[in-house]
Amino acid sequence: MIELQAVSRHYRAGGEVIRALDAVDLSIAAGEFVAIMGQSGSGKSTLMNILGCLDHPTGGRYLLEGHDVGKLSDDARARLRSRAFGFVFQSYNLIPRMSALEQVELPLVYQGARDRSRRAAAALQTVGLGARMRHRPTQLSGGQQQRVAIARSLVVEPRVLLADEPTGALDTRTGEEVMEVLRTLVRTRGITVIIVTHEPEIAAFTDRAIRMRDGRIVADERVA
Amino acid sequence: MNVFDALRIALRAIAANRLRSVLTTLGMIIGVGSVIVLIAVGQGTQKGVQDQIRGLGTNLLFVRPGAAQDAQSGARGAAGSAATLTQTDAEAIAASGIPEVRGVAPQVTFNAQAIANGNNIGVTLIGTTPAYPEVRSAALAEGAFVTDLDVERRALTAVLGAEIARALFPDGGAVEQTVRLAVGGGRTGFNFRVVGVMAPRSGSGGGEQDNYVFVPLPTMQSRIGFQRSAAGVVLVNQINVQTADGADQQRAALAISDLLLVRHAAVAPDFTVQSQDDLIGAAGEVSRTLSILLGSIAGISLVVGGIGVMNIMLVSVTERIREIGIRRAVGARRRDIVVQFVTEALTLTMGGGLLGIAAGVGIAIGINGHEISGQLMTTVVQPWSVAAAFAVSVVIGMLSGSYPAYRASRLDPITALRNE
Repeated sequence: MIELQAVSRHYRAGGEVIRALDAVDLSIAAGEFVAIMGQSGSGKSTLMNILGCLDHPTGGRYLLEGHDVGKLSDDARARLRSRAFGFVFQSYNLIPRMSALEQVELPLVYQGARDRSRRAAAALQTVGLGARMRHRPTQLSGGQQQRVAIARSLVVEPRVLLADEPTGALDTRTGEEVMEVLRTLVRTRGITVIIVTHEPEIAAFTDRAIRMRDGRIVADERVA
Repeated sequence: MNVFDALRIALRAIAANRLRSVLTTLGMIIGVGSVIVLIAVGQGTQKGVQDQIRGLGTNLLFVRPGAAQDAQSGARGAAGSAATLTQTDAEAIAASGIPEVRGVAPQVTFNAQAIANGNNIGVTLIGTTPAYPEVRSAALAEGAFVTDLDVERRALTAVLGAEIARALFPDGGAVEQTVRLAVGGGRTGFNFRVVGVMAPRSGSGGGEQDNYVFVPLPTMQSRIGFQRSAAGVVLVNQINVQTADGADQQRAALAISDLLLVRHAAVAPDFTVQSQDDLIGAAGEVSRTLSILLGSIAGISLVVGGIGVMNIMLVSVTERIREIGIRRAVGARRRDIVVQFVTEALTLTMGGGLLGIAAGVGIAIGINGHEISGQLMTTVVQPWSVAAAFAVSVVIGMLSGSYPAYRASRLDPITALRNE
């Protein structure tokens, strides 16, 4: 489903070239539950941003379901983000003045979808927040905010869910709850879930762990 | 995303920053409102001056003495300072047979005090002939005007302007009463019998003429002021000439001018002949300059208001780059982002523009006909100024929303998301 061929991402910082990604080859099949691991600066977040079309590679090819993403226009990439991908970030990235329900409706607004509030409510039910739909981010705990973010990514029924340190801001117990939610999605809906983490305990929830160092993949293990 | 989504998002953002939105809108309200008010004042002043000149009468030519010129130094005095026009000049114009001339009324003007009933008020005293009411299209409310008999006898009869009659005799019945008219600080004064009261002059130009008191010209000459030329002929300040309806005023002015040149045996005119149109033209120059000045001041305040909106939108977009990143991550196209912020800016500026129009038109109509620090305000709201002010507010909205949003929408979503 996802195929990276020698993908690089170089930054220019003060005359120095930083190779955040250095000719990475990777393929991920539909329905996989993958953890990308590594220390800060290893390039794992950059990899995830490129997978989610939030960032563009400076070299190599990215094929999504056989289509070259690099050749898409900005609008086409926006449509892809809106229909194929769901994103969950470490810092939740919720909009402060909106209620949970409105946050989850947002992707549907940009899709021009109908029946927004029913679908958004259903997504919130899935993550167990059916009773807190009118709350704003400041009225929710960290775990609840992250579940709102998961609901927002789920509401468009994406094929791939990308989560960047989804438990990074949460305590162990709520972190594990969030991981349970993600695992259930993989098992029951066949969604491809890719998470970025530096915690082995969190990676243990997944089926495949990809280790990165200095912009390269150094290990790719399948957990039985 | 459709229009309603965009509008809903914009209204929420505006409501979320209430104080900032109010201040921004206030800038637009003041800008748009002042454009409308100041242009209305400028136009009103122009109209007021025109009305005042038209209110003098219809089809009028004014003959006034020329500027006095000192033979030695060549220094010229103000127009009217020379003493060259005489009562016989007026009689000559009347008897000249110039076809356009329908009536002639010379006048001598003095400032005087009118005293009656224990009231003492300043008036403009006008010595003239019985032709005056017809020449100047002035109507009488009561009694009669100065008659030929009054002129012949130098009678002590007076006709009061409407305002003077009201001030001296608040209870009415001015006719047959006695009024003391005094000049020179009261050293010279005579009791006059009131024979008539003028009807109020309508229009904004009426005020001054309602403060006139008329007496027979020879009475004025013999009792109040002694103005005679070296040859002993009675001098006048002004000769009012009425031309026939539809007559060529320029030709009449030339004919009068020629006649007087011959009579005065002068090479260059020592008098001026001006039509009402000349006066309106001259006054129009002044008031047009005033209009342009006021309009420019208002325009500056509108521009300042507009820059305020731009500034706020720039800050608002910069502050919300992260929000833009989130929206982009969940599928917003660049266009959606631009539409969102343009809608927000347009809502602010158009809202401010509409409120500004309401305030401006309201104030302009409110002050019309009222006195502000002793000055009677006349305002004429110009529809084009309303349209222009609103159009400017829309353009400001478009510009101030689109530029920063366009810049923000060019960022990669992840760059926007990382923005703190």
